[in-house]
Amino acid sequence: MCLAVPVKVIAVDGTEADVDIGGVERRVSIMLTPEVKVGDYVLLHTGYAINVIDEQRAKETLELFEEIARLDEIH
Amino acid sequence: MKFIDEYRDAGLGKKLAEHISHISKHPARLMEFCGGHTVSIMRNGLRQLLPPHIEMLSGPGCPVCVTANSDIDRMIALAQLPDVIITTFGDMIKVPGSYSNLSQARAEGADIRIVYSSQDAIKIAGENKGKSVIFIGIGFETTAPTIAATLLQAKQKNVKNFYVHCLLKLCPPVIKAVLDLGEVKLNGIIGPGHVSTITGTAPYEFIPRDYRIGFVISGFESLDILQTVSMLIEQIEKDEPAVDIAYSRGVRPEGNPMALQLMDKVFDKESADWRGIGIVPASGLKLAPEFADFDAMSAFEVKVEPVKETKGCICGEIIRGIATPHQCPLFRKVCTPENPIGPCMVSSEGSCSAYYMYGDDNG
Repeated sequence: MCLAVPVKVIAVDGTEADVDIGGVERRVSIMLTPEVKVGDYVLLHTGYAINVIDEQRAKETLELFEEIARLDEIH
Repeated sequence: MKFIDEYRDAGLGKKLAEHISHISKHPARLMEFCGGHTVSIMRNGLRQLLPPHIEMLSGPGCPVCVTANSDIDRMIALAQLPDVIITTFGDMIKVPGSYSNLSQARAEGADIRIVYSSQDAIKIAGENKGKSVIFIGIGFETTAPTIAATLLQAKQKNVKNFYVHCLLKLCPPVIKAVLDLGEVKLNGIIGPGHVSTITGTAPYEFIPRDYRIGFVISGFESLDILQTVSMLIEQIEKDEPAVDIAYSRGVRPEGNPMALQLMDKVFDKESADWRGIGIVPASGLKLAPEFADFDAMSAFEVKVEPVKETKGCICGEIIRGIATPHQCPLFRKVCTPENPIGPCMVSSEGSCSAYYMYGDDNG
């Protein structure tokens, strides 16, 4: 029910945006994320972008996973 | 796909699970609040990766599952009114009320349409001016701002034949209600990801403060959940419960201020009836007076028969985390996804459905 999927914004038009959902284009509302820019990834839930994905944080999380994996190899 | 596959790496998952085993010394009981997490945990076999002294329970985080029979009965009664079109998310269509479900009402002639978004319901209203279009508003904080945005548009466009049957519910009050019941002793909570995208961390601060239980907000891929478990175990071992975010790409500490502002404008809080839990104060949303014209509750009068609960179904106990689907006498025998008896089997993210589809253990 609270499912939201990351999709890429390819065009912005007022309170709406076109996004790419795994190769399929769809128009969604950006009323809840007015700060969105072309090229951003957003979390899409029931036709609304509910958040802009923080790419820097996304990268840091992956790096953290790698670091934990490496640390445990040393133990 | 970007921001999905990277968080599903099986090799890294195994390493994270080993790390958890390495740091975890004491028994720990964790509850995943959200149904989406239950599905991911079951589908990825994450419980089997964790040491046996880490117990995982499922909580009440499935909006369909917690909708009370009385509210479903009212939906069906609304659907039977003349010149009414019911629009709903697909999850709700097969959920049994006391006597029937929306799917059966549709077979008997009611006009019930599944929509992907509340915006679609407005479109249907525009195409059917002679009819009243009622949208069944179910969901938590993730969905509430989208329905608020749709209502705002309906008001701006002066749509006269659009209504919302508002059954939206809020997570922090029900987490408190479950903790106050005192039936399950928890050491940590896997916090709902997309609910927290909207709410941020502030509404959960009471959990470590008043109950000494850690609360870590999680994403939905396997590595996200393992990372969350690892953070909770660290808190438990240090005896330092706190609110933290493991899903930082999707959740900011302040949440989504625009969405919160919109919810505040369109809705007022009220008590809500949760299946298995009962009436929880200030845990539901109703339309604010400014939006009263769109409120299906006041616009339509319906008569409903007295509520009847299904015999033998233990969805209520499962929702509270005190029973597992395996303990239900109906599970797999008479209650299946094809013939669901209780809502936890209907919704794809209900515990019973997740156990049915992916569960091969007895847990």
